[in-house]
Amino acid sequence: MTTPTVTQSNSQTTRPRIPSRWERLRDSYLWYSFKRDHTAQLCLAIFIGLVIVAFASPLLAPTDPYDLRQIDIMASELPPFWIEGADERFILGTDAQGRDLLSIILYGTRVSLLIGFGAVILQALLGITFGLMAGYLGGRVDALLMRLADIQLSFSTLMVAIVVGAVVKATMGGAFYSEYAIIMLILIIGLAEWPQYARTVRASVLAEKNKEYVDAARVMGLRSKRIMFRHVLPNTLSPIFVISTVQIANAIISEAALSFLGLGMPETHPSLGSLIKSGFDYIQSGSWWITLIPGAVLVILVLSINLLGDWLRDVMNPRLYKG
Amino acid sequence: MNATAMDLKDANLESVDTPTQNEESADSLLQIRNLKKRFSLSGDFLEQLRFKGGKLIRHREYVHAINGVNLDIKRGEALCVVGESGCGKSTVARTVMGLLTPTAGEISYAGQRIDNLSSRELLPFRKRMQMIFQNPYASLNPRMTIQQTLEEPLRLHHPDWNRLKVQEKVQEVMSSVGIDPDWGKRFGHEFSGGQRQRIAIARALAVDPEFIVADEPISALDVSIQAQVLNLLMDAQRDRNLTYLFITHDLAVVEHFGTRVAVMYLGTVCEIATTATLFNKPRHPYTQALLSAIPRLEDDRPQHIRLKGEVPTPVNLPSGCVFHGRCPYANTRCRQEIPTLVTQLDGTRVACHAVEENRL
Repeated sequence: MTTPTVTQSNSQTTRPRIPSRWERLRDSYLWYSFKRDHTAQLCLAIFIGLVIVAFASPLLAPTDPYDLRQIDIMASELPPFWIEGADERFILGTDAQGRDLLSIILYGTRVSLLIGFGAVILQALLGITFGLMAGYLGGRVDALLMRLADIQLSFSTLMVAIVVGAVVKATMGGAFYSEYAIIMLILIIGLAEWPQYARTVRASVLAEKNKEYVDAARVMGLRSKRIMFRHVLPNTLSPIFVISTVQIANAIISEAALSFLGLGMPETHPSLGSLIKSGFDYIQSGSWWITLIPGAVLVILVLSINLLGDWLRDVMNPRLYKG
Repeated sequence: MNATAMDLKDANLESVDTPTQNEESADSLLQIRNLKKRFSLSGDFLEQLRFKGGKLIRHREYVHAINGVNLDIKRGEALCVVGESGCGKSTVARTVMGLLTPTAGEISYAGQRIDNLSSRELLPFRKRMQMIFQNPYASLNPRMTIQQTLEEPLRLHHPDWNRLKVQEKVQEVMSSVGIDPDWGKRFGHEFSGGQRQRIAIARALAVDPEFIVADEPISALDVSIQAQVLNLLMDAQRDRNLTYLFITHDLAVVEHFGTRVAVMYLGTVCEIATTATLFNKPRHPYTQALLSAIPRLEDDRPQHIRLKGEVPTPVNLPSGCVFHGRCPYANTRCRQEIPTLVTQLDGTRVACHAVEENRL
């Protein structure tokens, strides 16, 4: 064999080092773009900051808002520190029940994030599995799953929440619902919005499954399940990442909307949405901070996630960057 | 048959064989019998319903990609399949490999029918027959390293091998195709087209197959690389005693590479011959036209044959011989009766009424 030896001798003189995973990331377009995009950096910093603060809330918060003994009803509706009449114990003031607003916002952000991530993980599990099956197997499976998705999308999240909430409250009682509200909301938002994932994944699978590496895997004799998850799925990750950021923001907003309507987290374990709701009754009487400060936190959280998603979409758009 | 015709043409008509004759099957590795494949154009059931003259009818249209192909591939040979775009070459290759299910017909490998097996039953055959694809830029999974790509078939087909043995085999197969085994941790996109095709060949060779279907393996490559990859394939054939089904539209490659050649036109095989015979003495009018289209340096060659018209659509196949609309020798029989492959004296098989009747 003449040609192979030529290649081998070439490679021995100029054998490059195999870069590690970290070096690959540092050389990637993703990292390059991130280094130049100050908006993305700021958003990531805010987002990570909020996540850390929220999940460390039991350590950071001045009081435990879930502990009734620490609540003093006489200290209710105190304004934040920069307004006259503030109490130095409560930096951001207190709500109508006398809970420290800073503590309860931290706990509430944690609840909101938990529901957001939980719901998105559920959506992704369902949506990716169904989307992969619909796209790769095609035919009847595809028709059935996509009609299911259409039906699911024709119910709004709100309607699902009302129905599920009503049924659970009627059968198990209100106390049960309050206790498992987080799981309920994750289930409701997760089940209501999986078709978004399924459709995105299906579209990319349809594009990928006709490529020759899939044929090569089939010729090799691999089973459909392995081809779907080992070969096709990794190549549809870019749109999945992009849609995940949007969906986390959407799920947090959905949760806030449901809680605002009284279908979500109970007052005793409030999320950002229930905090906004609980303060809404007092906004006319001058205690605006109970609504507006959690509202601002919600806006900042969702905005930073959405801007990150925008950046990610631009970076991963194959038409802008092909790699 | 008159005497002048006998003088002018070789009296090479020996026997009219049926498509299912078995005289060649003794040393043939792969047999394709009367293979047909059509693709539906009309979508699902609801889309097929049409109103016509006040009645609801079911209207179905098909692309007839291959219409009754018979091929025997002998152990150790390289059978080249040539033909223009859309003549069903790749469909034959993909059907043989089980990527497509045939509409009708049989495929047998080493005497055992394989076209109706389940994927589990087919697994032992997957190890014996492998495929090399056209586009090396698409045939390697972009998210897998070369090492992972090459290990996968080994782990599947040799579940009893330990890590070390798999690694050794990967190294061996990589160096046999001229890729430095140290590059295993790299991804497909870090290689050039020729290197990628070498890796794709390595993947096919990893399970030590005896039969390889190569679907235009060099047509996506730079001309300077084509020869290297072709030589690699020929070396592999010599070293590993491989049998090839080689799909191509490059006649120069056929001359260099093929033991025998099958010429396809509109989903049918019109001529099968050994490479030397086909290039020296093409029998079928289509083969003659095809070969005369090769640009050559000599200027004493006869004027090249210009065919009238275009290839008919495979949706509505012509009656009789599929080539009759463009054939200068076509008569009424050609328009009505589908010709079958007829073995000539020198072993060439031609599907042409004109050759059969010695009109040509």
